[in-house]
Amino acid sequence: MTDPDWIDAALVSARPQAMAALLRYFRDLDTAEEAYQDACLRALKSWPEKGPPRDPTAWLILVGRNSGVDAGRKRSRQTALPSDDVLTDLAAGLDDAETALAERLDGADYRDDILRLLFVCCHPDLPATQQIGLALRIVSGLSVRQIARAFLVGESAMEQRITRAKARVAKGDTPFEAPSPTERAERLLTVMAMVYLVFNEGYSAGGVEAGARRPLCHEALRLSRLLLRLFPAEPEVMGLTALMLLQHARSPARLDADGLIVLLEDQDRGRWDKAMIAEGLAMIDKAMRHRQPGPYQVQAAIAALHARAERQQDTDWTQIDQLYAALERMTPSPVVSLNRAVAVSKVAGPQAALEMIAPLEERLAGYFHFHGLKGALNLQLGRDDVAREAFQQAIALAGGAAEAAHIRQHLDRLQADGQKNRNAVSEG
Amino acid sequence: MLYAILCYHMEDVVGAWSPTHDEAVMAQLGAVRDDLAARGRLGLSARLLPTTTAVTLRKDREPPLLVDGPFAETKEQLLGFYLVDCDDLDDVVATARELARANPGGCYEIRPVADIWKSNGVHGAGA
Repeated sequence: MTDPDWIDAALVSARPQAMAALLRYFRDLDTAEEAYQDACLRALKSWPEKGPPRDPTAWLILVGRNSGVDAGRKRSRQTALPSDDVLTDLAAGLDDAETALAERLDGADYRDDILRLLFVCCHPDLPATQQIGLALRIVSGLSVRQIARAFLVGESAMEQRITRAKARVAKGDTPFEAPSPTERAERLLTVMAMVYLVFNEGYSAGGVEAGARRPLCHEALRLSRLLLRLFPAEPEVMGLTALMLLQHARSPARLDADGLIVLLEDQDRGRWDKAMIAEGLAMIDKAMRHRQPGPYQVQAAIAALHARAERQQDTDWTQIDQLYAALERMTPSPVVSLNRAVAVSKVAGPQAALEMIAPLEERLAGYFHFHGLKGALNLQLGRDDVAREAFQQAIALAGGAAEAAHIRQHLDRLQADGQKNRNAVSEG
Repeated sequence: MLYAILCYHMEDVVGAWSPTHDEAVMAQLGAVRDDLAARGRLGLSARLLPTTTAVTLRKDREPPLLVDGPFAETKEQLLGFYLVDCDDLDDVVATARELARANPGGCYEIRPVADIWKSNGVHGAGA
C-alpha cells in the first residue's frame, strides 16, 4: 500500500474514537472538529517521514487536544495554562503520553464517548436527513461534497444543512456525564435507528442514483460494526448488523441493466455477495442464541431465510409468516402487516392476503407498496380491472423512476394481454 | 517444515479500505498464493470474517462459558492465516516478506506447526 492509502485508512478508522474523545474534552463539536482536522494535517506531514505511530488514534487525540488548547488560548487571549493532565502528557513526551492515553482508551470511557458522539447527531429536533448528514460528516468524516452527492443535492445546500444541524446541537445541552444503564440503552436504540436510516438512504435508491448512494450502505455497516465492538453482547446490535449485511448482499442483483428494481423473487441469486451473507448469517445465529428477540433480529431472521433459499421456490414462507407475526406484535404497524401479507399470499394464497390487507387500505392509501401489492394479488386472481386500477394508483405514488418503471411493466403486460384477448375474441 | 503464518492487522483499518482497494490487495495476495501453490508449498489458507462475528468458549470453568466477541481485546486482530511448507526459517520469512509486499500494514506471526491432522470433510468440502 502506498503511504497516502495507509494514512487515509488509518485516519478514517481512527476518526470516531478520536472525535469522540475530543468532544468530551472540549465539550464543543466545532472545536473538536477543528482540533481533529488540525491533528490530521499534522499526521499527513509527520507520518510519511517518521512512519506510522504505534497507536494512530491515541496520537490524533493527543495532538488534537494540544492544538485545540493552543487555538483556544489564542482565541481568548488568555494565558491560562492547560489542565494538569495535558501538562503531564507534554512533560512526559509524546511517546509515553501516547502509551498512557492508549491505556486509558482501553478503559470503559471510550464506549460512552463514541455513543455520545453518535447520539448528539440524533438530536430529536433535527429532521432525519440532518441527523444523517451530521453523522456522516462528524462521525464517518465524509466530505460535504461526498454527502451532497449521496443525497443528490448541491454542495452548498448540504453545507447549510450541516451547519444548521451543528448550530442546533450546539444550542442543546449535550449530556457529558456518564449515562445510567437505562440512558445508555435508550441512546443505543436512538443511534441504531439513525444507522439504519443511513443504510436505507443508500439501499432504497434505484436507477442512476444507486451508484452514488452505495457508499451510504458501507458507512452504515461500518458504524454498525463500530457499535458492535462497543456492545459485543447486545443481540439487537447483532440483529441490525445482520439485517444490513443480508440486505446489502443482494445489491448486485437488485437492479437490472437499466437500473430498474428486480423483485426479490426474480433476482439472480448467484450474484448475491456470499461473504456478506456468511457474515450476516453468522451474526444472526449469534444474536438468536441470547433469546432476547427484538425487531432488528426478527427482520434479520426474515432476511436470513431469503438468503438461505438457493432458489426462490425454496423459500420457507411459513416461517417468514410467523416471523412477521412476531414483528407485528413487537412493532405493530400497517406496513409490517402489508409485508406479512406477501408471506400469507405464498402460504395461503392471494385471496387470504387480500382479505388481510383490506383493513389497511385507509391507513396506507398514500403508500406506493400497498397499491402495488393489491394490484399484484388481484392480477394473480385474474381480476385485471381491479389490478389495473391499483397499479395506476401505485404509479401516481411512486417514489422514484425505478419504482414507477416496475409497475409500468405490469400495466404494459396487462395492456398487451387485454389486446391479445380482444383479438382472440374478435378472431373467434 | 510446516509453518503457520498468522495475519494480524487492525480490523477497523482494514474495514476502512475502499472496496476497490480491498479487491486490489486480494488480487496481489492471490498472485503470491498461486505461486506458492504452483511450487507445492501452500496448504490451507483463509481470510476470516470480522471479529464481530466471533464467539469465544471460555473453558477454564465448568460448565464452559460462551461469550460474544474475540478472546481478547487487542489492538490488532487475527484476520487470516496461511499454512506453508518451507525449508527453514529463512525460507518462511522470505515467503512472509513476499506476502507483506502484496499487503503491507499489520504483522505476520510465524509459527512452526507441531502436528497436522488430516481428517475427512472440512478441508475440501467448503467453497
